[in-house]
Amino acid sequence: MTNTKKIATRESYGNALVELGAEYKNLVVLDADLASATKTGMFKKAFPDRHIDCGIAECDMMGIAAGLSTCGAIPFASTFAMFAAGRAFEIVRNSIGYPHLNVKIGATHAGISVGEDGASHECNEDIALMRTIPGMTVIVPSDDVEAKAAVRAAVETEGPFYLRFGRFGVPVINDNPDYKFEIGKGVLLREGTDLTIVATGLCVSSALDAADKLAADGVSAEVINIHTIKPLDKELIAASAKKTGKVVTAEEHSIIGGLGGAVCEALSETCPVPVLRIGVKDVFGESGPAAELIKKYQLDGDGIYGQIKAWL
Amino acid sequence: MNTRELKKTANEVRKGIIVATHAAKSGHPGGSLSAADVFTYLYFQEMNIDPKNPKDPDRDRFVLSKGHTAPGLYSTLALRGYFPTEWLERLRHTGAELQGHPCMEHTPGIDQNTGSLGQGIATAVGMALYAKMNNKSFRTYTLLGDGEIEEGMVWEAAMFAGHRKLDNLCVIVDNNNLQIDGSVDEVCSPYPIDEKFKAFNFHVIKVADGNDMEQLAAAFEEARNFKGMPSAIIMKTLKGKGVSFMENQVAWHGTAPNDEQFKIAMEDLEKIGEAL
Repeated sequence: MTNTKKIATRESYGNALVELGAEYKNLVVLDADLASATKTGMFKKAFPDRHIDCGIAECDMMGIAAGLSTCGAIPFASTFAMFAAGRAFEIVRNSIGYPHLNVKIGATHAGISVGEDGASHECNEDIALMRTIPGMTVIVPSDDVEAKAAVRAAVETEGPFYLRFGRFGVPVINDNPDYKFEIGKGVLLREGTDLTIVATGLCVSSALDAADKLAADGVSAEVINIHTIKPLDKELIAASAKKTGKVVTAEEHSIIGGLGGAVCEALSETCPVPVLRIGVKDVFGESGPAAELIKKYQLDGDGIYGQIKAWL
Repeated sequence: MNTRELKKTANEVRKGIIVATHAAKSGHPGGSLSAADVFTYLYFQEMNIDPKNPKDPDRDRFVLSKGHTAPGLYSTLALRGYFPTEWLERLRHTGAELQGHPCMEHTPGIDQNTGSLGQGIATAVGMALYAKMNNKSFRTYTLLGDGEIEEGMVWEAAMFAGHRKLDNLCVIVDNNNLQIDGSVDEVCSPYPIDEKFKAFNFHVIKVADGNDMEQLAAAFEEARNFKGMPSAIIMKTLKGKGVSFMENQVAWHGTAPNDEQFKIAMEDLEKIGEAL
């Protein structure tokens, strides 16, 4: 994957907003003093009248977004995942989720790939928090193509969305003419017979890398990209689990409550098989260059490959 | 509506509060009663609303930031014709239209779900901002408790409203001086409330008696006509107003009247009504 073009999904988010802002006059973007980091600064430049900087007040930003949506706006509320899902959780739950408002939360800087800023800013808990809110659609795109498609789908679909983007450049893996984004539908990227790797976000490209390495060892891994954590494509995952008999989940998130949790919940009801959850192992992150942290926390191709080999 | 009619209506709103909380065997009569006059003034005099068209995009908005006083709002909405008054007797019952705290999907006339303190004002700011951004003439009103303003989020929202000069926003603080654990100045004093809102770039209007229709009328007129800043009406009220044994008693913040108390309360209000 070393020669593949890399783009951070926060960048894709910013570009998608500019494109959609021209089409949807009622699309507005809210920030909490992080427009340059969340990449919504591009929208601000293109549509200054529809960009609202709330200052460093994420809870208020979510409330304002809720109020705007009741009047017919399509608000995108942007900040880091830590503050969107963490600090503002209860406002998202009560002021946006409970009334099922049409608010889109664009959370950037998710996971350990935040890098040098360290554990205080590395949110590994947001998927778990957001997917427990009734009616909340939770999407974690794997690359630039998917991120842009997800933002468009969120605009075109009524209801609250949590969109999770990263700070760190990730390989573009979905730039093929057959690619189609459908909310709640997983993507079978590689067929296999010995085990299934269900991955999300930046771990999708790592999983493909790991599958190559496993193939060299004679292990045939199926790879499924789950961009929508909620609603989860339970059918696709169960069908694959039934075929391979072993499932590995891979995500840049705590192994508690995220993709791994969601997959285990689904499989325990329909097709109980052994599951290895790869992710951040119930620890806080730390400072360091993103690439080094991804390697250290074994979320790159080598790390996922190594953990699967140890498990098999 | 003239002042006498407004007073009579507010008294009927109070009866509805007692009926609803008695039927629910729970709920918050104290702060509903302190705000009964402002609810009445807003829905029967001040706001541009149509109960037959509760989703009219051009209507004025009201967000009950102190959502626990939903019985007061519900009673007002019922009397105003948004839904049958019989609904009040099913307050908080399983499957009822009237939830413990306001829910827009259950109840016509509710502009935003509230109940978790501090959040309503931010959503009201969002509505006022929408009107400004889209050249709409509707106004947005939000009612906060004096205990509620201990929530930090209130001041995030106030800072934004002041910064954006949202003069189409009217924040009302129901200063009945009591919260669950005691008087607000003893628990964690929010005073001086007026100076705080001034510091957040609000036009502050102090109302000496927020249970007086004429004073409310003057305050809302001033707020409506003041341009360039959001208005904050800080109104002194009496918690439990109108029911002899509930007045200024912190115990009636979140306690419902039993059958005997219900009878006395209704008699109290009946007498007040006859005197008007």
